[in-house]
Amino acid sequence: MSDITDALVAAVADACARHSGTDAVAGCAGGGWNGPLWTSLEQIGVTTVSVPEEHGGAGGDVATAVAVLAVLGRYSAALPLAETALLAGWLLAGCGMALPPGPLTAAVAGPGLLRRDGGDWLVRGTVPRVPWARHAGHVAVLDAGRVVLLRRGDFLVTDGVNLAGEPRDDVSADAVVPAAQVGELPAGSRDWAQAFRERAALGRAALMAGAARRAAELSVDYARQREQFGRPIGKFQAVQQHLAAMAGEVLLAKVAVEAAALAVDAGAGGDVAVAAAKTVVGQAAGQVAALAHQVHGAIGFTQEHPLRHSTTRLWAWRDEAGNEEEWSAALGRGALDGGAHGLWPLVTGTR
Amino acid sequence: MDLWNLDAVALPPALHALRRDVRSFLAEETAAGRLAPHCDQWLAGWDADFSRRLGGRGWIGMAFPAEYGGSGAGALARFVVTEELLAAGAPVAAHWIADRQSGPALLRFGTEEQKRAFLPGIARGECFFAIGMSEPDTGSDLASVRTRGQRVDGGWRLSGTKVWTSGAHRAHAMITLARTEPLPAAPQPAAPQPADRHAGLTQFIVALPAPDVHIRPIRLLTGEHHFNEVVLDGVFVPDSRVLGEPGAGWRQVTSELAMERSGPERILSTFPLLAAAVDYLAAAGMRSSAAQVGALTARLWALRQLSLAVAGRLEAGAAPAVEAAAVKDLGTRFESAVTETVRLLVRLEPDLGSSRPLPRMLAEAVLHGPGFTLRGGTNEILRGVVARELGVR
Repeated sequence: MSDITDALVAAVADACARHSGTDAVAGCAGGGWNGPLWTSLEQIGVTTVSVPEEHGGAGGDVATAVAVLAVLGRYSAALPLAETALLAGWLLAGCGMALPPGPLTAAVAGPGLLRRDGGDWLVRGTVPRVPWARHAGHVAVLDAGRVVLLRRGDFLVTDGVNLAGEPRDDVSADAVVPAAQVGELPAGSRDWAQAFRERAALGRAALMAGAARRAAELSVDYARQREQFGRPIGKFQAVQQHLAAMAGEVLLAKVAVEAAALAVDAGAGGDVAVAAAKTVVGQAAGQVAALAHQVHGAIGFTQEHPLRHSTTRLWAWRDEAGNEEEWSAALGRGALDGGAHGLWPLVTGTR
Repeated sequence: MDLWNLDAVALPPALHALRRDVRSFLAEETAAGRLAPHCDQWLAGWDADFSRRLGGRGWIGMAFPAEYGGSGAGALARFVVTEELLAAGAPVAAHWIADRQSGPALLRFGTEEQKRAFLPGIARGECFFAIGMSEPDTGSDLASVRTRGQRVDGGWRLSGTKVWTSGAHRAHAMITLARTEPLPAAPQPAAPQPADRHAGLTQFIVALPAPDVHIRPIRLLTGEHHFNEVVLDGVFVPDSRVLGEPGAGWRQVTSELAMERSGPERILSTFPLLAAAVDYLAAAGMRSSAAQVGALTARLWALRQLSLAVAGRLEAGAAPAVEAAAVKDLGTRFESAVTETVRLLVRLEPDLGSSRPLPRMLAEAVLHGPGFTLRGGTNEILRGVVARELGVR
C-alpha cells in the first residue's frame, strides 16, 4: 500500500475504534446505522473514496476503497460506504451527474422499471433487498446504460434486514422523475449491470476480509484467556491448528481482495480477479466463522458475546452480490471455454 | 503483528516481456518434442540438458548479481520464470534446489571464494545441489540432527546419515547441517531449552560424489528414485567449505525456509493435471463441472497472489518465514484438492502407463500426493509456526 493509503486506513481505523465499539455495533443491529462514524468518515473525506474529484468524489482508486472497506468490516461498522462510493458514486460519476451529499445506495432495476413519459421518466416497480435504503438520501438505480437518481419522496421503503441486522430494504417507486435526475452512461461494449455486480461483489469481499480478521483475532484472544484442564486452551495443539488454519484463510482473503482491486484499477483481468476473490473470500468466510465458533465454545454462540457481529456478517455477506457457487460457475465457464492453453493465461491475467 | 500486513503485489509491466520469452521458449521445446507435461516435475523431472538450456537463457540464478553469473533480476522476475515452467510441467528438478535455496544461501552467507566457485555454475544450469537436513531420527524436529562435525587439522570430519535427500545421486554438492558442539547436558527429566538446541549447528558444503559419502536410493512407493540415504563416513570438509559461521547453522537454515516454502511450486505441482482436465471436460461437453472447475481456478488465482505477495517481501529483502509457512499449508492442500476434484469430474481410472496424458497425470498426482503436505515441513508443523506467531504457543 502507498503511504497515503496507509495514513487513510490508519485514520479510518482510529475513527472506527472511537465510534464503532461493541456497544455501538450492537445498537445498530436492528436495522440501524452508525451516524457518528459516518460524520467522522466524512470529515476524513473518505465516504466517496474512489469517485473522481472532478465528479465531486474524494478521489483515490478502487484499491484505496477496498483497504478502507476492510477496516470497516473488521469493526462491523454499520455504514453504506461500499454503496455510496463503489456503486452509487461510480454510477453518478460515470454519467456526469453531481454527487449528492450524505449516504447513498444503489441497485440494478428489474425489467420495465423505467419508462419514458414525455420529457420525464416514469419509475414504477419494486427493487428488492436494497442495502441501507432506509438511511440513504438517494438511491441510484441502474437500468441498462441509464442511471436514475431517486430522491427521498420518490420511493417507499419496506424494511428488511440481513443475518447481521443490516438494512436490506425493498424499494418501491411510483413516481415521475424529471430528466435532470436521469443520466446516460457512456455507450460502448461494457455490460454495466455486470460491472455493477463485480463492484458490489468486490465491496462485500473486502468487508468480509476485515470481518474474518476480527473473528480470528477474537478467537486468538479467547484461546489465550480461556483455561481448561489447568491451562489456556490455546496451549492445545488441536486448538492451535484451528487458529493457524483461520489465520491462513484470513491472509488469503486479504491478499485476494487487494489483488482484485489492483486488477480492477489496472483495467485488465478485473472480471476474473473479482470472480475469484468473491469465491475464495466467501469460502474463507464460512471456514473462519465455523472455526471461530468452535474455538469460542458455547459463549460465542450467545447474544452477549461480540463474536456474533463478525460471524453473522460473514454469513450474510458471502451470499450477497453472488455467492461462491455463482461466481465460481462463471469463472469455470470461462475456464472451460479457454481450454488447457487458456487456463494459465486466465489465472495470470495475461490472456 | 506483521502477519496481517502482507500486501498484494502487482507485477511490474516490464516482466510481461520476460513471461512472453519463457512461453515462446516452452513452445519451442514442445514443438521439438523435448517437453511433455507431467505433474510434480520439480521433484521428478531431472533433465540436465533442459537445465543447461534454461541457464543459457539467463533463467537460473536470476537473483544473483552479474559478477557471479546471474542477471540480478530479482525475486519477482524469478517468480515469473519459475511459475511459467511449473505451469507447463517442465523438468526443472536438476537445478531446482540450487536455484531456489542453495545459491541464495551461498550468496548470503558464503565467502567470496565460495561464491565464485559455485554461483556461476549454478546460473549456467550445470551445478546442482542437494539439501542435507533430515535424518533417520530427525524429521520435523530439525534441531535434533545427530550428524557430527569433528574439528580436525584444516577442517572438519562429518559423520552421520541424511535421508530424503532428493537428487543426491546426481548433485554436485550437498549443503549439510551438522552438530559441531555437543548439546549441553540438561538436568533430567527437563528437555534442553530451544536456545541451547539451536546453538552449535554448522552448515557444510560437501562435494559429491566423494569416496567417504555413500549414497543409496530410497525409492518412492512407485519405485521411482529421487530420494536417497546419504551416509557421511568421516568425510573430510576443509575449512574453506564451511558455509557461514560455525555454530550459526540454525539461523542460516531457518532463513532458507521463507524461500523454500513460499514459492509457486507449493501450489502448482498438479496444475498440468488441472489444465489437461479442463480440455477433457470441455471436449466432452461436461459443462456441469463449471462450478467445481471455477472453484479450483479461483483458489489457484488467490494462492498465486499470496505466493506473489511473499515474493514481494523477499524482493524487499525481508525473510517472511511465517507467511511462507501459511502459503505452503494452503498451497499444498490445494494441490491435492485438484487431484481429488479432477478425479471425480473426469471419471477415468488413473494409469501411469497410459499413452493418454490425463490418466497418466492423474496417476502421477495421486501417487505423488502424500509428499505434497510433508516435504519442506509438514503442514502440522507449519501451522505450529503460524500459531507461535499468533502468540498461543
